[in-house]
Amino acid sequence: MAIELKMPALSPTMEEGTLAKWLVKTGDEVKSGDIIAEIETDKATMEFEAIDEGVIGEILVAEGTEGVKVGTVIATIKGDDDAAPVAAPAAAPAVEQKAAESVAPAGLDPKAKAAAAIAPKTDAKPAADPELPAGTTMVPTTVREALRDAMAEEMRADDRVFVMGEEVAEYQGAYKVTQGLLEEFGPRRVIDTPITEYGFAGIGAGAAMGGLRPVIEFMTFNFAMQAIDHIINSAAKTNYMSGGQMRCPIVFRGPNGAASRVGAQHSQNYGPWYASVPGVVVIAPYDSADAKGLLRAAIRSEDPVVFLENELVYGRTFDVPAIDDFVLPIGKARIVRPGKDVTIVSYSIGVGFALEAAETLAAEGIDAEVIDLRTLRPLDKATVLASLAKTNRMVVAEEGFPVCSIASEIIAICMEEGFDHLDAPVLRVCNEDVPLPYAANLEKLALINSAKVAAAVRQVCYR
Amino acid sequence: MAKSARPSTATPAASTAAKPAPKSRAPRAAKPEAEPTIASSLADEAAFALRSLQQAHANNKRYDASDEELLKFYEQMVLIRRFEEKAGQLYGLGLIGGFCHLYIGQEAVAVGLQSALTEGHDSVITGYRDHGHMLAYGIDPKLIMAELTGRGAGISRGKGGSMHMFSTEHKFYGGHGIVGAQVPLGAGLAFAHKYRGDGGVCMAYFGDGAANQGQVYETFNMAALWNLPIIFVVENNGYAMGTAVKRGSAETHFYRRGTAFRIPGMDVNGMDVLEVRQAAEVALEYVRAGNGPVLMELKTYRYRGHSMSDPAKYRSREEVQDMRDNHDPIEAAKAELLKRGVAEEKIKEIDKRIRQTVAEAADFAETSPEPNEAELYTDVLVETY
Ligand SMILES: Cc1ncc(C[n+]2csc(CCOP(=O)(O)OP(=O)(O)O)c2C)c(N)n1
Ligand SMILES: [Mg+2]
Repeated sequence: MAIELKMPALSPTMEEGTLAKWLVKTGDEVKSGDIIAEIETDKATMEFEAIDEGVIGEILVAEGTEGVKVGTVIATIKGDDDAAPVAAPAAAPAVEQKAAESVAPAGLDPKAKAAAAIAPKTDAKPAADPELPAGTTMVPTTVREALRDAMAEEMRADDRVFVMGEEVAEYQGAYKVTQGLLEEFGPRRVIDTPITEYGFAGIGAGAAMGGLRPVIEFMTFNFAMQAIDHIINSAAKTNYMSGGQMRCPIVFRGPNGAASRVGAQHSQNYGPWYASVPGVVVIAPYDSADAKGLLRAAIRSEDPVVFLENELVYGRTFDVPAIDDFVLPIGKARIVRPGKDVTIVSYSIGVGFALEAAETLAAEGIDAEVIDLRTLRPLDKATVLASLAKTNRMVVAEEGFPVCSIASEIIAICMEEGFDHLDAPVLRVCNEDVPLPYAANLEKLALINSAKVAAAVRQVCYR
Repeated sequence: MAKSARPSTATPAASTAAKPAPKSRAPRAAKPEAEPTIASSLADEAAFALRSLQQAHANNKRYDASDEELLKFYEQMVLIRRFEEKAGQLYGLGLIGGFCHLYIGQEAVAVGLQSALTEGHDSVITGYRDHGHMLAYGIDPKLIMAELTGRGAGISRGKGGSMHMFSTEHKFYGGHGIVGAQVPLGAGLAFAHKYRGDGGVCMAYFGDGAANQGQVYETFNMAALWNLPIIFVVENNGYAMGTAVKRGSAETHFYRRGTAFRIPGMDVNGMDVLEVRQAAEVALEYVRAGNGPVLMELKTYRYRGHSMSDPAKYRSREEVQDMRDNHDPIEAAKAELLKRGVAEEKIKEIDKRIRQTVAEAADFAETSPEPNEAELYTDVLVETY
């Protein structure tokens, strides 16, 4: 009985891959554990092992084929007779869940974006990104590469900057953000640690106090909970407690928020946690240009910075201006889509949902302005309030728990300082108020999406 | 046929056992801090014998299993192996999501150790590489597999996934995603055994990478200070994700790491189920007698990548192949059974039965429905306020 070999999913986010190489041919005998093919995923080249014993029947997908969807039959094995019959499983429900990852925010022209940043002429100062010289070339770059480039450029410019964390050097980063850094800067400046977050966060903070510029990578921010004492008690408070004498210029960075089906302990947004503490800067960019410009600014800052990335966004591509010293201001929000009827405030992956919702709403005749906060502390109230004064309606979209969230903070600001401009209560669209479940259907229900954002917008517009 | 687990690391247990404390340690211990005499320090060093249990293990290395017992161990190991292969396959089909860490290669550890425990009485706790420990504790493969596929019938009702599974009925306490967290939790379970005086012990598993977390040493101190009935088990499989032991650990002999807390260590070949079982006997006797914790290092190897998405470029194909070909715990048990004259038919029958069990578990996990949507909001808190 022939067994079908299907294109495997080799990472939580993989939907398709390249069949790079066949290591067997028709007629070859294989046993469980033999490597039969090499497959390139979104992150790496992986070996594909046989699980069943038998003889390779037909090879159905030629090597070198790109974009082979997970689940496609790529070859058959003539099985041995005593193997229990394996029913070919029905279509996998898990796959559809991952669709969110691949949905790039629609129709955003980079020039429109740049214009948006300087467009609204209100009393409040608009986000003051540096004006790009006319004719600046834009380079499509993934967020992952933009972050790496930011570190590399700062390391070239300043020998005090070094990168430390789990698997950052030889493994090239658990999520490949530090790819190539070891090769360029060597083991003195790109340092693998044991799994000791509390210890290396403390060592990083001490090195910063001692005059260096550490960039400490947490494999994910879930693991920074082991280290939060040093982030808060050592890094955030030193400058104040020493009357400005002793500084702690350090960057703590890594992926934050829900990934894909990794369960409650690995899926949390720590933005509100860190942003509640005076003494740290908290940055959570969405696109590649902001990731690059703000990470460079973070490394240059004299203050401790918590820099929150998002795994699901690492692989998305956005334009980055090809200028030498591209650094963005910390503490400035950006209007990523100008509009007049309602404001959607968001940050990190939420911006993608907000933009998607805005597209949907545009078709219904609602013109939404989308603000990307980019920095969560200090928060750019002025941009938020100026937009409120213009649209009089607001929704906050946040991938995280609703209670004591950044959304809560924005709503408080609107109550305190924007009350007279409100034509409707400000609504927040967050994840459900539960630990993130593993099951595909429940996870989907628990997380924010663009439909939920659009629904809230209709509500504040009384539509 | 005692196989040494990893030819590359450590001296075989037997030879270390015979040696006195390593030379480097003596001068350090003798360093006069509160000015004791050198003689009194050395006497103290002798009073705490790091290898007291190792010696007992070396004297009688392998468990004297009956044919029936060995067949049972074989069956449990094969169950874990086939279950994990199936899980890998279902992951490839997109039926399992997120992180999925397989136990293939390490089967003799969980089976050898847990066969010496009393299921439902003694507690077991581990990290995210937890399927094997659950199967070795008699938990229904269907419930585990259905959790992996995120179905309502899963052991955590689909809400936990591969890394977060529990069975209080079996006294299996997880299934923890944060590296090292299970170590103090395990000591807490041991504390509860002692507090209640129920005679139970806790077995707390963690990896060579986890062994570097600070909370492990805070726990060692308290466990020794309070004589807690706990066996700390380092499953040294050579790697923490992509980090080989020697790149992450200053002291690579993990069994020595309790020395500062006066916890005796045992260095055990984790690729031979009978050696593992015998070591467990020694450790359990010591712990059950109220002597406090034991630290066991089990030398083992994981055949697969760290998780399903690990390309495993940090080691050579030959290294893996050598372990599979020459140190496989299941093949070794099978060879031993045959040597004893156990009928091959009997072994084949087990293999067939296990394939059937695993196929049924997979079938159940694929066909049972996803959790009811209302489950999203249940179990957040126990009570209503
Ligand atoms: C506190 C924490 N840091 C990092 C991680 C990511 N991580 C998961 S497993 C792992 C490697 C652990 O290796 P080891 O303890 O040797 O166990 P093994 O995987 O070999 O069983 C890492 C770094 C985590 N889950 N928790
Ligand atoms: Mg390990």
